[in-house]
Amino acid sequence: MIRLTINHREQAVDAPGDMPLLWVLRDILGLTGTKFGCGMAQCGACTVHLNGEAVRSCVTRLSRAEGQELVTIEGLSPDLSHPLQRAWIQEDVPQCGYCQSGQIMSAAVLLREKPQPTDADIDAAMSGNICRCGTYPRIRRAIHLAARLQQEGGKP
Amino acid sequence: MNMHDGMTSSKKHTILSVGRTIYLLLAVAAVSITALSFNTDTYHRQRAYGAPENDSVASKKAFLAAYEVLMHPRCMNCHPAGDAPLQGEDSHVHMQGVKRGPDGKGLYALKCSNCHQAENTPGLHMPPGNPNWHLPPENMKMVFQGKSPRELAAQLLDPEQNGGKTKEELIEHVTHDPLVKAGWNPGEGRELPPVSHEEFARQFTRWIATGAYLPDK
Repeated sequence: MIRLTINHREQAVDAPGDMPLLWVLRDILGLTGTKFGCGMAQCGACTVHLNGEAVRSCVTRLSRAEGQELVTIEGLSPDLSHPLQRAWIQEDVPQCGYCQSGQIMSAAVLLREKPQPTDADIDAAMSGNICRCGTYPRIRRAIHLAARLQQEGGKP
Repeated sequence: MNMHDGMTSSKKHTILSVGRTIYLLLAVAAVSITALSFNTDTYHRQRAYGAPENDSVASKKAFLAAYEVLMHPRCMNCHPAGDAPLQGEDSHVHMQGVKRGPDGKGLYALKCSNCHQAENTPGLHMPPGNPNWHLPPENMKMVFQGKSPRELAAQLLDPEQNGGKTKEELIEHVTHDPLVKAGWNPGEGRELPPVSHEEFARQFTRWIATGAYLPDK
């Protein structure tokens, strides 16, 4: 059994330590908001937060998360109130939606470390998250909006 | 010639012979001690570095051998001229728009360890790993890319540009640093440097031990 905190709740997972976290999340725990894209850390669809950092769960072993804090898109806020979630809805960002949970998890790290990001900051943070539908202009707008919402007192 | 004179002459001769012998012995002893001390010193140097000091030809030759490794993609890809790491045997700019960041460990959602684990991820062309995966930091970029042998050798010897390392620390770094050695465990689908790590460390050490001469170009 491997113990870790997932979305603010302690969990014990009965799986081998070398199993990718993505497998644990989707196939064992049923947290299917995190997506499988490429399986080799190239696309960003599987991004989750491990101790606050935007790790790619398809190449991160369960053993690395033992005793650590893991947050998925399901745990970003209890009620879709995170500024990024509100901005995503307001800007109607997704098209097919497949990459969007990874996009939001990456953007959340950017907003924590750079609360008022420039376009260059957004490029530096988000260029590793691929969107096949090309929603990049809306993603950029939504991140700027989320920055404003956060400044106005929304939960970071 | 009387008896007294004869005895005196013989005695004088004996005294002179003894004196000469003593001087000779002292001279031999002095030469031997000097020679021995040089031999011992050389012996220690050879034990430590494998070659005697100050041999510009051997030193430059050794650096050029090490340079082949330093400029190989397994080393140079993390010592880029720009602010993005390089990838692959053709040293193209790292995909995903990864940046160096102030500490050399990436930026925001694109930090090195977000994809690069503590060990190589199994599979062809999967992310290689090391617990300390990083580029040199922004304030000391330690660029290898585009440097001639002479330029790179000079940079490596300059504590202002090499992370404040002495020559001994440079040898220690290339011989024992796990991130340097990771170049010889590159993960599936990646070439190894042209010589073994042991040979690289040997040539690098020899370069410094023989005087750390800069190559001509």
